[in-house]
Amino acid sequence: MFATLLKQLSTLVISLLGLTVLTFILSLQSETPVHQFQSDHVVVQYFEYLQFLLNGDWGTSSIHKRSVLKDFLQHFPATIELIVFAMVLAVTAGLGLGILASTRRGGWLDNTLMTSSLVGYSMPIFWWGMLLVLLFSLTLGWTPVAGRIDFAYDIEPYTRFMLIDTLLHHNQYGFAAFLNALHHLILPAVTLSTIPMAIVARMTRSSLLAVLKSEYIRTARSKGISKQRIIWVHALRNALQPILTIGGVQISIIMSGVIITEYIFAWPGIGKWLLEAVSRRDFATIQGGVLALSIIVIAFNLALDFIGIYLNPRLRRPS
Amino acid sequence: MIKPMVTSQPKPSWVIFSQNKGAMIGLVVLLLILLMALIGPWIAPYDPAHQFNSKVLIPPIWDSAGDFQYFLGTDDLGRDMLSRLLYGARLSLQLTFVVVLIAALVGVVIGAAAAFINPTLRSLLMRIMDLLLSFPSLLLAIAIVAIIGPGLPNAIYAVIIVLIPQFVRITQSSISEELNKDYVMAAKLDGAKRLRLLTHHVWPNIVPALIVQLTFSFSTALLDIAALGFLGLGAQPPMAEWGTMLSESRAFIQFAPWTMTLPGLAIFMTVLSINLVGDGVRDALDPRLNR
Repeated sequence: MFATLLKQLSTLVISLLGLTVLTFILSLQSETPVHQFQSDHVVVQYFEYLQFLLNGDWGTSSIHKRSVLKDFLQHFPATIELIVFAMVLAVTAGLGLGILASTRRGGWLDNTLMTSSLVGYSMPIFWWGMLLVLLFSLTLGWTPVAGRIDFAYDIEPYTRFMLIDTLLHHNQYGFAAFLNALHHLILPAVTLSTIPMAIVARMTRSSLLAVLKSEYIRTARSKGISKQRIIWVHALRNALQPILTIGGVQISIIMSGVIITEYIFAWPGIGKWLLEAVSRRDFATIQGGVLALSIIVIAFNLALDFIGIYLNPRLRRPS
Repeated sequence: MIKPMVTSQPKPSWVIFSQNKGAMIGLVVLLLILLMALIGPWIAPYDPAHQFNSKVLIPPIWDSAGDFQYFLGTDDLGRDMLSRLLYGARLSLQLTFVVVLIAALVGVVIGAAAAFINPTLRSLLMRIMDLLLSFPSLLLAIAIVAIIGPGLPNAIYAVIIVLIPQFVRITQSSISEELNKDYVMAAKLDGAKRLRLLTHHVWPNIVPALIVQLTFSFSTALLDIAALGFLGLGAQPPMAEWGTMLSESRAFIQFAPWTMTLPGLAIFMTVLSINLVGDGVRDALDPRLNR
């Protein structure tokens, strides 16, 4: 257990070092310096840069003169809201469809589901989002085109999570504001969840099929345990392992996807903020945004590793 | 001469591949798209940049307002969609080929070197590769483009850098796996030098894994190049690039949906057919990975 922990820790240190070197280079591109360094030597400057970061000074935007860290924290909840909603959608639907497909292996349902998952997996997310807008917003008029909520609602940003803030305004608008926010969230979340959903469904199916072939499942079956119980209690726990491993890849797909989704739906989160910074060459913001998003990815991967170790005791001993 | 009877001869890879219906459909579609890209300049009715000022936003011919002179309609500047799509196919596929080949070459060389260097250095290198792999590709590309500036060449460098780690990883891990096998030991005892060991003994055994990686890299590269174009960080207008065309169509989705659906469909069909072929190639070359 200790050696595994040590290995994780060293990976973490290397990741953070590599990342901060990249963002340090980014911050040096700025015409107005992001940080005032005392030394002239670039290596010493890098350590000064780390010091600044640790002290919470991530620089100030050269465009709107706001603190980058503060700006990030203001935009972040919108992104989290979108990601969490999309992930819940992707994981529940993906797991469900994968289980369904694996229990009907080779049948028409299995074939249809796997074909659609291949289609979903190959879908360029930027086109998919626009297609959904064309169909559900512009043609059918079911969902709003962009934004988080109608301008008619005057929502004070207490938490900056729109779903929570609208509930806090319950006295003023009842549930109307909350439903309106939910309404705005659906289409971006569906766009973002499509590719992960397809991957989760495929992984679940193949992983479950592999586990269902194993001896212990045959034993369970010969003991007369019901098919449902075998899948949900016996097989799924072991099948989850590879699904979790792919989870690390998922977060990077989601992060790339959320940038594009926010761009399509004018969703005021990190992705849109970062892209605006790139087009205006606001390096303080780019540097801070890349740093913050990457730290989240790294933390997520680390957490996944630990969940994996928790679920599979064999991993606790390093090979 | 009497041939020995072999009862369970393994099927040749292409037989397994050709029995895979999805892969064959993918292959046919992909070859068609490639053909279009190759002969595009000769069959395209117009110059992709020419603006027919009086023929703006004409719908494709299946619409009642369509005009047979402009088979797939025109865009907001009166440019012929069919010509732009054909030139776009040429551009996108060319770029994808170049990007994947360079990334594969660099990645395989680094990966092969990594398999033979000292273990501490290797483990450090592989950690860095894992880090790059776990990094969101678009975020990395955005960071790179931010440093070296937007535009097509820079976007291409970014996509190459994003793709390299996958090749390093797969080369290094397959070589390391092979090096532990008995036949390698036998060759070593026979006096084979390192380079000969690599080129004559190990290499043929890692090629299947590399081919599989190569196929899937094509779809990743195509998507990433288009995504950067869509976000305004890659190819710039008026270039006829699929992602850039999609991006330009954003303002007209409602009045002229074909300016959005057609380039997107082109990207999607290409990626889908590459992925279908990739699945087929994987199943045919590596029975262990069979679904």
